[in-house]
Amino acid sequence: MSLLSLQGVGVRLGGAEVLRDVDLSFARGEIVTIVGPNGSGKSTLLRAMIGAVRPSSGQVVRASGLRIGYVPQTLHIDATLPITVARFLSLPVRRNRGEIAEALDQAGVPDLGARQMARLSGGQFQRVLLARALLETPDLLLLDEATRGLDQPGSAAFYRQVEEVRQRLGCGVVMVSHELHVVMSASDRVICLNGHICCEGKPEVVADAPEYRALFGTGTGGALALYRHDHNHSHDHDCGHDHTHEAAE
Amino acid sequence: MIFDPFLIRAALAGVGVALAAAPLGCFVVWRRMAYFGDATAHAAILGVALSLAFSLSVFVGALVVALLMAGLVSVLADRGLAMDTLLGVLAHSALAVGLVAASFLTGVRLDLMAYLFGDILAVSWGDVAVIWGGAGLVLALLGWRWSALLTATLNGDLAHAAGIDPRREQVILTLALAVVVAVAIKVVGALLIGALLVVPAAAARPLARTPEGMAAMAALIGAISAIGGLWAAFAFDTPTGPTIVCAAAFCFALSAGLGGLRRREDG
Repeated sequence: MSLLSLQGVGVRLGGAEVLRDVDLSFARGEIVTIVGPNGSGKSTLLRAMIGAVRPSSGQVVRASGLRIGYVPQTLHIDATLPITVARFLSLPVRRNRGEIAEALDQAGVPDLGARQMARLSGGQFQRVLLARALLETPDLLLLDEATRGLDQPGSAAFYRQVEEVRQRLGCGVVMVSHELHVVMSASDRVICLNGHICCEGKPEVVADAPEYRALFGTGTGGALALYRHDHNHSHDHDCGHDHTHEAAE
Repeated sequence: MIFDPFLIRAALAGVGVALAAAPLGCFVVWRRMAYFGDATAHAAILGVALSLAFSLSVFVGALVVALLMAGLVSVLADRGLAMDTLLGVLAHSALAVGLVAASFLTGVRLDLMAYLFGDILAVSWGDVAVIWGGAGLVLALLGWRWSALLTATLNGDLAHAAGIDPRREQVILTLALAVVVAVAIKVVGALLIGALLVVPAAAARPLARTPEGMAAMAALIGAISAIGGLWAAFAFDTPTGPTIVCAAAFCFALSAGLGGLRRREDG
């Protein structure tokens, strides 16, 4: 059963063709990663999926009553707008205190509810965005470069959280990322995009595909293997804290 | 003397405008469209001239032209012109065209100063009713769409993902702005409406932790400015509209100082 599908979707922005002939379908419980160079239309594809961009050809078909959790690439909150984390999570739908606490906990940032959004660190901010998407109890979770600005342990921890969410909610997950190594290893399916779909398939298959190699070179083939190891290992040095929580600091 | 009916009417008119302008002003500040208010207000002068020429009510004329102006700004902004340039062009052109149009009105006595700077002491009970009606409409509109407006203000894509059309929310804000301008033109005048929108909201910012808190605080500051300004204008024999804006500016200075102190303590 498909949650959302794109059928022959093309998008033109300001006269330029950004996407053409995109046929894709996303199912429940599946983690799909979209990779591609800058300007390949990754974000535009996600924005077409949430309805923020109207396709110039083809169509986007959503399952009826589909709930989408969306984590945008960047979210600038104007300094003139005071807003606490708890209030932000209550937009646009009012959530009670318990739901908010639970979502923050699941996103790995408990006890942030009373803080001002403007005072969060980059990592905390991204996790609050994730918490907000989780409050939708989404059928489909869309993440657009969600680990931008996080260090490597931070983004590894973030993706582990996404994996947990997928298991608990059984939702489909679609991620856009530059960080091929971290992301691809966690994916069921990888889509290589450059205006159109160059290739798609299991991470190993895509990493070996000539189209992918042409875009990203061969260097990342090794990185794919490298990043398959567990990031939650203990270090030699004795710093006395748990590295899984470092991202939340 | 403080219970003179004209003073009570003036106070009611000022407070009514302040209550509607404050929460709307918060959106104006958050969305960085401070000069949008000015552009709409300046255009209202043209509306005043037209309504006098065609013997319509000033409120209707100002409302229609303010709406047209707001629509024009939205359409042109979509064409990719920079917003500040666009507003600069339209605001001043509208004011100039309004003043030129007013000069053609022969036979009609037009006290232009009254519409540029407002004449709050001259409001009638009918004006008070129009002002409170308009203010009530704007507050109801904002209250109804509050969550959607706030989400769209934060991020258009977040709004889309939640099934909210940011463009529709923009239209609602624009509509509310036009109504406030039309009801406020008699109270503070076209040149100072922008101040009533922006200054109380800016003064409320350091004192608030949530958007709702900021809107409520802005309304309070606006109301205090209206009454305080009215009193000061009477006591010092100064023009009323500008004195009200001065009172708001004074509140802004106080709160900015307070915010600075608080930041240092947090520091």
